[in-house]
Amino acid sequence: MPSDAQNTRRPRTEHWVAPLAETPLQEVDAADTTGTPRSLWAEAGHSLIRNPVFVISALLILFVLFVAAFPQVFSGQDPRYGDLSLANQKPGAEHPFGTSRQGYDILARTVWGARTSVVIGFFAMLGSTLIGGTIGALAGYLGGWFDEVVSRITDIFFAVPLILGAIVVATRLGEMNLWTVVAVLSVFGWTNIARIMRGAVISTKSQDYVTSSVALGASSPAVLLKHVIPNAIAPVIVTATVNLGVFIVAEATLSFLGVGLPTSAVSWGGDISDARDALRTQPSMLFYPSVALAITVLSFIMLGDAVRDALDPKARKR
Amino acid sequence: MTTTSASPTPSGASAGSAQPLLEIKDLEITFTTSSGPVKGVRSANLEVHPGETVAIVGESGSGKSTTAMAIAHLLAKNGAITGGQILFEGRDITHVSEKEIRVLRGDQVGLVPQDPMSNLNPMWKVGSQIRETLAANGVATGAEARKRTVQLLEEAGLSDAERRAEQYPHEFSGGMKQRALIAMGLAARPKLLVADEPTSALDVTVQQQILDHLDHLTGELGVAVLLITHDLGLAAERAQHLVVMYKGQVVESGPALQLLQDPQHPYTKRLIAAAPSLASRRLVSAAERAEIREQAQESAASSTADQGDRDAVIEVQNLTKSFPIRGKVPWRSTPFLAVDDVSFSIRRGTTTAIVGESGSGKSTVAQMVLKLLAPTSGRVLFEGKDVAALHGRELKTLRRRVQPIFQNPYGTLDPMYSIYRTIEEPMRIHGIGDPRSREARVRDLLDKVALPAAMMRRYPNELSGGQRQRVAIARALALDPEVVICDEAVSALDVLVQAQVLELLNDLQAELGLSYLFITHDLAVVRQIADATLVMEKGKVVEQGTTDEVFHSPQQDYTKRLLAAIPGGSIPLAGAETIDVEAPVGLADETGGEGEGGPDDIIDPFAQAGHV
Amino acid sequence: MLWYIGRRLLQMIPVFLGATLIVYLMAFYTSGDPILALAGDKPISPAVEQQLREQYNLDQPVLVQWLLYLKSVLTFDLGVGFNGRPIWDQIAAAFPTTFRLAIIAVIVETIFGVIAGVIAGLRKGQLIDTTLLMLSLLLIATPTFVLGFLAQFVFGLQLGIAPINVGRDPSWQNLLLPGFVLGGVSFAYVLRLTRTSIAETAGADHVRTATAKGLSRGGVVTRHILRNSLIPVVTFIGADLGALMGGAIVTERVFNVPGIGTLLFSSIVSGEAPMIVSLVTLLVIIFLLSNLVVDLLYGVLDPRIRYAK
Repeated sequence: MPSDAQNTRRPRTEHWVAPLAETPLQEVDAADTTGTPRSLWAEAGHSLIRNPVFVISALLILFVLFVAAFPQVFSGQDPRYGDLSLANQKPGAEHPFGTSRQGYDILARTVWGARTSVVIGFFAMLGSTLIGGTIGALAGYLGGWFDEVVSRITDIFFAVPLILGAIVVATRLGEMNLWTVVAVLSVFGWTNIARIMRGAVISTKSQDYVTSSVALGASSPAVLLKHVIPNAIAPVIVTATVNLGVFIVAEATLSFLGVGLPTSAVSWGGDISDARDALRTQPSMLFYPSVALAITVLSFIMLGDAVRDALDPKARKR
Repeated sequence: MTTTSASPTPSGASAGSAQPLLEIKDLEITFTTSSGPVKGVRSANLEVHPGETVAIVGESGSGKSTTAMAIAHLLAKNGAITGGQILFEGRDITHVSEKEIRVLRGDQVGLVPQDPMSNLNPMWKVGSQIRETLAANGVATGAEARKRTVQLLEEAGLSDAERRAEQYPHEFSGGMKQRALIAMGLAARPKLLVADEPTSALDVTVQQQILDHLDHLTGELGVAVLLITHDLGLAAERAQHLVVMYKGQVVESGPALQLLQDPQHPYTKRLIAAAPSLASRRLVSAAERAEIREQAQESAASSTADQGDRDAVIEVQNLTKSFPIRGKVPWRSTPFLAVDDVSFSIRRGTTTAIVGESGSGKSTVAQMVLKLLAPTSGRVLFEGKDVAALHGRELKTLRRRVQPIFQNPYGTLDPMYSIYRTIEEPMRIHGIGDPRSREARVRDLLDKVALPAAMMRRYPNELSGGQRQRVAIARALALDPEVVICDEAVSALDVLVQAQVLELLNDLQAELGLSYLFITHDLAVVRQIADATLVMEKGKVVEQGTTDEVFHSPQQDYTKRLLAAIPGGSIPLAGAETIDVEAPVGLADETGGEGEGGPDDIIDPFAQAGHV
Repeated sequence: MLWYIGRRLLQMIPVFLGATLIVYLMAFYTSGDPILALAGDKPISPAVEQQLREQYNLDQPVLVQWLLYLKSVLTFDLGVGFNGRPIWDQIAAAFPTTFRLAIIAVIVETIFGVIAGVIAGLRKGQLIDTTLLMLSLLLIATPTFVLGFLAQFVFGLQLGIAPINVGRDPSWQNLLLPGFVLGGVSFAYVLRLTRTSIAETAGADHVRTATAKGLSRGGVVTRHILRNSLIPVVTFIGADLGALMGGAIVTERVFNVPGIGTLLFSSIVSGEAPMIVSLVTLLVIIFLLSNLVVDLLYGVLDPRIRYAK
């Protein structure tokens, strides 16, 4: 109530009311039944399409995928056939990108290298996501001592950096092929997915709709699969997309160091390593596979960024 | 309808005349969003005179906060004043430069923001943040500033101010933080203090103390206050002049008492009818409640005739729950008694309310009744059978008969499920019916909660808070439960929506013979919905009885304090009784702050996503 | 705070043990017999084989081997490699070079990354922000060795201001270019992390309250935005130092820097299991230690942990 100090002033007495025509009353909490129903995914997709970063990265990826699927369209030469007598040629009519030190046609090597990178990147992403996702989801959902143990195991694998671990295994295995590379990358690359999934599951399982489901009588596994994981998966998808790019770089790095794929398998990393000494004499040998590698990886990382912007509630300007 | 408005006198008029300190004329504020420009405020008009308290009342989306923030140019980045004027002491400050408005901030216009948890910088000591204000406004520096800081904190009602000034915000409780914010807002002795819902996040007894203090302080200093609130009762109690806003416009303004006793605009009338603190005192609501109760008991009796005449559908006996809290040393933990020997029963077809402030243990009781948490000792009996003994299929059957509705409408529905799927889920879990009959049932349920059937295909993100809560109610009813546990089910809703949902709950109870356990912190809401009331404090039941008894003849001091703290309780209204309670004076929350969630507790899944 | 430190230390122990065990198992037991792998195509007499086994404890059960190995690591008694030279000596010779390289990289990523990140974060959505963001994406997408060759080409060959082959003279000066290359990707991460952190903090409630008090824009930025948003950045940089030591292998190969990376690489080529194991173990330990230090640092910097009740 007004204190004494304020009573010394003339109290205001005007009582103003807005005309009803200007301030019409609406129904309380009316339901809006116009427009098409839109789930969160649909909304995310909607905003994704409008994002120029997404469009560019999607086009690049489609291009790379096309090259990987139909390399014959871009080069008629056999990338595994090296004619030493034709080595070290500068770019010319017969070999548009020139030839390498072993006489391989660089255009062919660059084009066919896409398939290697994409396949390895994709399957390594798949493997690491399955491993990491499962581990992270169970650790986050079950909690308690199980979580402690699993988190320590995750920390252990996290402590061994991807490249170093892959190096050690690769040296022991000797000759690597496509699938051993995928396996090695999966085994050492799952930790960040596990952490993200665990965090997302922990924050999701405390939501009321999960508690409601339990209170309705749903079994624990059903709740995990039907409510928790679908809501926790968004940041995992973002990370997996970026991981795809990272694994492509990792394979290239391993091949560059000589512990990845052999020369007979077409790998950009390996080609760049071979061309190392040609920096002065014929930089195009380095240039083409490097650019191809950079573009491919860039497109996946850009995609990851765009997907995060679409899915992250903080980033959405509501 | 009288529409005389005081016209502003030219500046330079003599002291004591009617020159307003602040004038807002036809203010229009537009926000640029990804879906186009949105008008947050369409046309706002108000005046604040020196030394007076003006309250802006409205629901969310009314534009009340936006209007207030615009004064010192504190709008969000995407907001801009697109029309109208703001005049401070006769000077037009609507579009002045950043430099000029900074001069006004702090020592002419002060701010007490809404959420005490997020408005203090966690990295700096509380005292240093106040000293910062003093330095920025040229009031004091160095040792002088330190002295002033302690004075200011004491002024704001913080005990042991000298020690507290050297502490960090996370060591303060919510109420203490708010006092610190008040001290900060008044530090440079502004002429106008903008208080944006300064106490909505706090318990009601703390709220009352802090607002009393603020009144006293601003009265002494002669500071004008622009109080933003959604609570009409609170506004009427604390302000001389009320401004009611609806959808970005001022619909009515005038002296507080007059507005309450003789409202003109239909919206104001709606607000008054729905505001719990005022409605709770309406004699009519008690009578309405009695009617509902009778009907409910009839429906209950008719539908469960073969259950014998056990009257108490839920009985709670000596329920206790203690949690181990880890101490300074890793292996030692102290037990914390969240619920201490609580006993009550719920009679079929009636509503029992548990009222308590934060930390009272009321939600923990609800969780134990729902068998989501195991008690440390004591029993919960459902129709005479101990709930703890039920497992597997029997437990599943229990779940069908006792259902919850939770507080947060934005977390209560799975964002990935359509409304149809959400309501259908319980039936699928229990294997009831086939897809066709389930769809029919979903339609029926939506109808019961007054939502159009077309909502079925929509997703939660397209619904408002009140609509989501209604879906939650529909889901809870899908299995034909007998008991519904409402855990703060309407606390997060706007006043008008809240009234609607309460009415819905009452109607459903009468129709279906439901029994409710209604958990709330708001004693005012209880009158409209509860037959029996328990008051809990710090885990113990402090008072128990019929709602009328608790309201009319409270026995315990704590209950009296709660009643006295209901905002607007002492304002005389037609057709209502005033709440005249002699509340014993006591400090509500001077115990030290618990550690607020540190970095470990805040997990943002997207923070690391995409980084390797 | 004590509770926080204690818990972190306790958690470190099983991780340390587990990581070293994994490395050991991988190095010696991934495929085939290490001694036979060393021998390659040359037949060796059983007597020599037995002597090598004893020297490397390979005739003991696996777990015992590992524990003995741990003991030798902790006492810096790493024995001799297959080629006869003491392992520790070789590592000690190469370590300072890599350390120098890593320090340069850290300084680069810190100074440039934080400054660029602050600019981008405060000017979110504007041209400078988009440009810096694109730059960071490019750096992350381009593998370090490609960056290295690019740098060699531009600065070494074309501009001639830095040697492309550090070789015998790993001075601070010569290590500058490789340092920048090594720090390149980290710089991008620091930029993005700082940017996100700043942008988020800039919209926080307490920043608006600080503005409402009448603080100047500069005051708000330094006292309320920077202080709060730099903690995650500082901790990232601390952990990165440990990661860079291991990640230098590629950069060292490109620039022919005689550090641990090159040592590791030549060990890979010659199949020197003991050296590989020692190096990887060492790098893992450094990585774990830097993470631990960072965790503790976090506890000190954030008052909510330092003064937790």
